[in-house]
Amino acid sequence: MTDTPAPRRIPDRLDKPLTSAMFSWEALLAAVAIAIFVANSLASPYFLDPWSLSDLTFNFTEKAIVAFAMALIIIAGEIDLSVAAIIALASTLMGMAAQVGVGTPGLVAIGIAVGLACGAFNGLLVTRLGLPSIVVTIGTMTLYRGIAFIILGDQAYKGYPASFAFFGQGYVWWVVSFELLLFVIVAVAYWALLHRTSFGRRVFAIGNNPVAAQFSGVRVGRIKFILFCLTGLMSGIAAVLITSRLGSTRPSIAQGYELEIITMVVLGGVNILGGAGSILGVVLAALIMGLVTFGLGLLNVPGIVMSIFVGLLLIVVIALPIVWRRMRRERVA
Amino acid sequence: MDTTAQRNGTERPQGLNAPRLTLAGIGKSFPGVRALHDVSLSLYPGQVTALIGENGAGKSTLVKIMTGIYQPDSGSIAVDGSPVSLASAHAAFANGITAIHQETVLFDELSVAENIFLGHAPRTRLSLIDWSTMRANAREVLTTMQAGHIDPDTRLKDLGIANKHLVAVARAMSIDASIVIMDEPTAALSMKEIEELFLLIEFLKGQGKAILFISHKFDEIFRIADRYTVFRDGEMVGEGLLADTSQNDIVKLMVGRSIDHIFPQRTASLGNPVLEVEGLSHPTEFDDIGFSLHEGEILGFYGLVGAGRSEVMQAIAGITRVSRGTISLEGKAILPKSAADAINAGIVYVPEERGKQGVVIGLPIFQNVSLPSLKRTSKSGLLRLADEFAVARKYTERLDLRASSLSQDVGTLSGGNQQKVVIAKWLATQPKVIILDEPTKGIDIGSKAAVHGFMAELVAEGLSVIMVSSELPEILGMSDRVVVMREGRIAAVYDNEGLDAETLVRAAAGIAA
Repeated sequence: MTDTPAPRRIPDRLDKPLTSAMFSWEALLAAVAIAIFVANSLASPYFLDPWSLSDLTFNFTEKAIVAFAMALIIIAGEIDLSVAAIIALASTLMGMAAQVGVGTPGLVAIGIAVGLACGAFNGLLVTRLGLPSIVVTIGTMTLYRGIAFIILGDQAYKGYPASFAFFGQGYVWWVVSFELLLFVIVAVAYWALLHRTSFGRRVFAIGNNPVAAQFSGVRVGRIKFILFCLTGLMSGIAAVLITSRLGSTRPSIAQGYELEIITMVVLGGVNILGGAGSILGVVLAALIMGLVTFGLGLLNVPGIVMSIFVGLLLIVVIALPIVWRRMRRERVA
Repeated sequence: MDTTAQRNGTERPQGLNAPRLTLAGIGKSFPGVRALHDVSLSLYPGQVTALIGENGAGKSTLVKIMTGIYQPDSGSIAVDGSPVSLASAHAAFANGITAIHQETVLFDELSVAENIFLGHAPRTRLSLIDWSTMRANAREVLTTMQAGHIDPDTRLKDLGIANKHLVAVARAMSIDASIVIMDEPTAALSMKEIEELFLLIEFLKGQGKAILFISHKFDEIFRIADRYTVFRDGEMVGEGLLADTSQNDIVKLMVGRSIDHIFPQRTASLGNPVLEVEGLSHPTEFDDIGFSLHEGEILGFYGLVGAGRSEVMQAIAGITRVSRGTISLEGKAILPKSAADAINAGIVYVPEERGKQGVVIGLPIFQNVSLPSLKRTSKSGLLRLADEFAVARKYTERLDLRASSLSQDVGTLSGGNQQKVVIAKWLATQPKVIILDEPTKGIDIGSKAAVHGFMAELVAEGLSVIMVSSELPEILGMSDRVVVMREGRIAAVYDNEGLDAETLVRAAAGIAA
């Protein structure tokens, strides 16, 4: 397998057998997505309606937009647990601004800026002080949401401008919502960033071996800082979408989203230990999670059961790739 | 090995007891490396035997075999004449073998008494630990070895390294160990502590223990040991009584190897100085380092492990910061703050720890090669795969890499081929100065020759090379000049013209000629 005498000219790549593509994690995810889609359409006569399918996308677009940035952070060997709290804080500050009459462009700018600032603060703590990101972001998770609670108490902000509703409720063409369009654009952008740029290559290198990456001239701290800024930025954008869709802000907004986002990333085949993953996998995982929650909704399964489902899914998707790889290794060996 | 013993005129002296521990014909191989071959060693009660050899001679492997951590591939071990199997650390312990390491392997958070009696603590009738007996016994053991100043209730972490050694010895006494291995016990000690340790060794000798003493320091060896055994390249090359020999004879034994490896012939034509280093200092690792490297030169850096060679190189390559000093490249002062700065300036460092610092396992070969050169294989941040493959192919094929494709995970390659990928990665940055830290450590002979041949090609093309190596043949066979470092300072600089290995070993160990 290793040192068989090779010809002088080393080929770029070997033609992989078709079976190896068929057994890839992404192929498995696609098969599962199709199976759930078919099961849903059999379970409910309303499922295949175009508007019904359009509604379905709202189940995952907001979380998936954050999940793409989260995927990069996890591939780099870090994690950001504060994303949902950033959404809450950004939404709260947007609400405050709306109360004093700030218009739609100003609100969007505030949401995005707050997200970016929160992400930069996480990034500074991790890269400048060298603290583990899991500890830092557990701390800032409580901090950011705590600020939201202090500002709002048990109140809610309402009274956003009418034009602000477009981001979470508007449609750009027929059944294609603004959120769905943004999801597609962000997915393509992150796919290109991770798989087609030198930045993405360095992210993979850091996740596999941060020391060797540093020795190779990769500015590890700078890249990690940028990654935390990106998750903050995407959380800010998600805050705009969610606030716009709900039309109100409570401090408990987006509660528990961080776990669903991480579940999505891990289900998408991103190695929780860092170093491996693909954007295509995360897209498919987002579809699956949207399909499942929507399907359970159609069947009138109560919300508490859905949270049990997400918990189980998280355990299964962390265990399954490990078992999967072990089985593959045994087959090879 | 009998022949060797006879050649050195060291038949067992009259009046000496039978050996306590006898190792005969021990062999041990690791993938690609033969660590020990047909090695014999005897330890006698009441005697200190010094184990001497260069880095990589096989001393550590032998200690691991004696303490049951490694299993030998061949050979036999006998304690007091009866064969034993040291199948585990526990079995070695049960046979009365105990080791005291450079960094004492004890438990910082436990008390002195617990450390001494861990695993064989006195028990009460209810099979609970009998604390009062344990404390009393610990005090007794410590007192017999004149270490009564150590309180059995102190937590180990509150003791200095010298007192930790005392606790380790007390542990050996408490289990009634008859064979004590001391693996560079003085490395972290002050002069005064070393004196105390020597008193302790004398005490253990008086108790009839058989002691194996490993040290790089000749003055210590001649001071405390009775017998010596010299290893070279995993073989025992000589043994005898220290009273019958001299430092020079032992140095000859250590280095006098057969030429088993032909180095490339080359005629050095040194150009202008490329890299000049002056007064480079670090708070703890090195002090006042100054040297110059010329165009087309291979400058060897020799020294014992821990002499600070790698640390100096990492500072020049921007990985660690210095407190003082200047580095100039082609006459221009540079101060690299990161590896990226050094790479941009044209200085690259091929690290010693290939797995940890060199390759990124999990990424394919071509991505490993292009990692430091991504600026050149991408356009406005977008990767250009064709360029990446072209760069990777150019340098890996030059190094005669053996791989089935460039998209193969670098982790599936052998050590030698991984090293070729690492060197290819650095050459692809088109450096002016390449620093190779132990470039052939742990790789097979074939890959070694490829790396050496390649180094000769590089300097012929005008590149300048610094080669850190602990292997004397490599240093002598490849270098134009040799810098010897000892304890963080430059001890000597030699022209390789007529230089011999003994001179280098003496300079590295601080023995006056």
